[in-house]
Amino acid sequence: MTAASAEQRREPIVSVRDLQVRFQTSDRRATVKAVDGVNFDVRRGETFGIIGESGSGKTTIGRALVFLLNPSAGAILHDGIDPTALSRREFQNHRRDYQIIFQDPNAALNPRMTILASVLEPLELARIGDRAARERQAREALERVGLPQEFGERYPHQLSGGQKQRVVIARALTLKPKLIVCDEVVAALDMSIRGDVLNLFADLQRDLGLTYVFITHDLAVVAHISERVAVMYLGQFVELGPTEEVAERPLHPYTIALLSAEPRPLPSTMRQESRIVLQGEVPSPIDPPSGCRFRTRCPHAQPLCTERVPEWRELKPDHWVACHFADRPNFSPR
Amino acid sequence: MGAGPPAQRRAEGARDGARPLLSVRGLGIRFKTTQGIWQATRRIEFDIAPGERVGIVGESGCGKTITGLSILRLLPGNFAGLDGKILFDGVDLASCSARQMRAIRGKRIAMIFQEPMSALDPVFTVGHQIAETLRVHSNIGQGEARAKTLEMLRRVGIASPERRIDDYPHQLSGGMRQRVMIAASLICGPQLLIADEPTTALDVTVQAQILELLRDISETSKTALMLITHDLGVVAETCTRMITMYAGEVIEDASVDEALVRPLHPYTSGLLRSLPHLSPRHGRLPSIPGRVPSIAEMPAGCRFRARCAHAAMGCEGEQKLQDAGGGRRVRCHRFAELNLPGALHPPGAPAAAKVATQ
Ligand SMILES: Nc1ncnc2c1ncn2[C@@H]1O[C@H](COP(=O)(O)OP(=O)(O)OP(=O)(O)O)[C@@H](O)[C@H]1O
Ligand SMILES: Nc1ncnc2c1ncn2[C@@H]1O[C@H](COP(=O)(O)OP(=O)(O)OP(=O)(O)O)[C@@H](O)[C@H]1O
Ligand code: SF4
Ligand code: SF4
Ligand SMILES: [Mg+2]
Ligand SMILES: [Mg+2]
Repeated sequence: MTAASAEQRREPIVSVRDLQVRFQTSDRRATVKAVDGVNFDVRRGETFGIIGESGSGKTTIGRALVFLLNPSAGAILHDGIDPTALSRREFQNHRRDYQIIFQDPNAALNPRMTILASVLEPLELARIGDRAARERQAREALERVGLPQEFGERYPHQLSGGQKQRVVIARALTLKPKLIVCDEVVAALDMSIRGDVLNLFADLQRDLGLTYVFITHDLAVVAHISERVAVMYLGQFVELGPTEEVAERPLHPYTIALLSAEPRPLPSTMRQESRIVLQGEVPSPIDPPSGCRFRTRCPHAQPLCTERVPEWRELKPDHWVACHFADRPNFSPR
Repeated sequence: MGAGPPAQRRAEGARDGARPLLSVRGLGIRFKTTQGIWQATRRIEFDIAPGERVGIVGESGCGKTITGLSILRLLPGNFAGLDGKILFDGVDLASCSARQMRAIRGKRIAMIFQEPMSALDPVFTVGHQIAETLRVHSNIGQGEARAKTLEMLRRVGIASPERRIDDYPHQLSGGMRQRVMIAASLICGPQLLIADEPTTALDVTVQAQILELLRDISETSKTALMLITHDLGVVAETCTRMITMYAGEVIEDASVDEALVRPLHPYTSGLLRSLPHLSPRHGRLPSIPGRVPSIAEMPAGCRFRARCAHAAMGCEGEQKLQDAGGGRRVRCHRFAELNLPGALHPPGAPAAAKVATQ
């Protein structure tokens, strides 16, 4: 990596400021605060991990990052510009550089199109190369994700879950975007193919300078591939920092509980029960608890936690947390 | 057999004790494709006893899901035939009448599908979909069905279920949909639950809660669990036995503890060695070199041969799923002479502490 590009790496490719996304509930009487005031930058060329509670707003952030939905409040800048201020045509072109790969591959594949046609489609829309070149590129992409030739002629329903997911990955990669949001993209793959696909992601990052936002529940995966990781709980970030720091010296009680719950492939004789079981009902983003949102389940909650919203602060260099007591020395049991 | 850790004892007990609830024998499934007939799986054999929890792992596309679907006879339209037997409590599900199958499906055998979004009907509320399963199989009124549905949604950890029960699937997060599927599968109290990647969309704390619920149900009501997953940690924490599949065949069947520590098949070992925690951060992740042979060029003999570091004379011959002693079975003629590493690091060393705190 040259000095210039190392410098470049530091400037954000995406800046998120006070992001809020709300939805109406089905009875239309209340709003779901799916994302409620989130701030972060994604640096060029990095892999930014997002982990956290199911339903905490990770996918919603991902969709907002690529403008598949409009924020209810706040701003998202791509390379310092606001894409919503672009003309329609400019916006369409711009968008190609910011892709998302979804949790559910069925949503992304047209059941009536063959696999090859699906992978070709984005190349055709972008009018890249001639027909033969596009087809070569599409077949190469399928090859790289480990699908044999014969799959090109098949239809999505004839593929297993993991095979479909690999098609979707191949499809997003053909466009060589600047940023890809990966929402649970490797969960459906076996360990060995997961290794191959993650290595492929790393190669493309090195060769093309891609930036990834990697949403996953797999802590081992996030620890392995991302430089920084954010932890989400009920619509907000509770912790953000260098992955090594967050994984080894977590500051927020939710992060600590999350890390302790990771299932380990160990035989029964070697397993120690050190899991922190969170008590209390999971609160809802329709009416989140006052003060600290984690207080209804936090083993360290104090009266102050009900009264005051904890400040989002940089407790250590580059390591942010939202907890009143995160600087208490004996806080982390790990 | 008396010694051994508790999980192992239980597994052994379940196996040589009660007669199996499910016995799959010589199961093979064929599909019609534009390139001809495709033999997707063959010679699948395994038993599951009441209350036993069996993990099914294996390479993506090896036939785990279609094996699960075939037990419920939910095979896709281009299904072209099935060989073998699927004995469930004395009934052969492969040949029983459609009516018999309907009475079993959803009630005595339930399935949690791999893709919750496709399994849920987008035009009905989630509450309606769960309550319907219950009403089809029992004589209860709408009010009672709704109350039971709410209770089940609470048990799978949905916050404010009374506000979610009338939501449509697209209004829920990925993990919430998955929990709705789990609630629907448990609502009739099945004897066998086939769970296909039931927790991949869940965070690890909710996952731990769901796995505990499944363990609890299997222990208290003797529900047998067939858990299909790629997460070996989930298998270790939930199951008593682990069945490994490769290219449409069962290649190993052992207690979880044995399989993790000392796998007998080179593919199982390769899978365990691909775990990310065994390699340095940001380094290359290990994977098994090469890829599954395409169906058109499936080799005779061992299907793993082209990728196997231990391939030798005799591997080109048909490999039988053979008895490896202690109730283990493996499809590799060299199993006794190979000493393969498992999920611990480095192989054989006292690495428990290292793995546990990584
Ligand atoms: N279209 C929608 N209409 C109404 N509510 C929605 C919609 N999309 C998401 N939500 C709600 O927003 C919240 C956040 O959902 P999101 O899908 O972002 O969660 P997530 O963190 O990705 O969860 P998971 O890990 O389970 O996928 C949830 O409460 C969800 O029900
Ligand atoms: N309808 C179909 N027509 C033709 N082939 C099919 C059909 N359904 C599945 N297959 C093929 O059968 C094989 C087994 O599929 P299955 O869905 O059981 O895999 P799996 O083990 O569940 O994989 P994954 O872990 O990726 O979900 C795959 O190679 C798949 O491509
Ligand atoms: S602010 Fe209070 S309730 Fe919130 S995480 Fe910190 S200690 Fe727990
Ligand atoms: S039979 Fe031979 S090729 Fe197959 S797994 Fe065993 S050693 Fe490897
Ligand atoms: Mg999501
Ligand atoms: Mg599957």
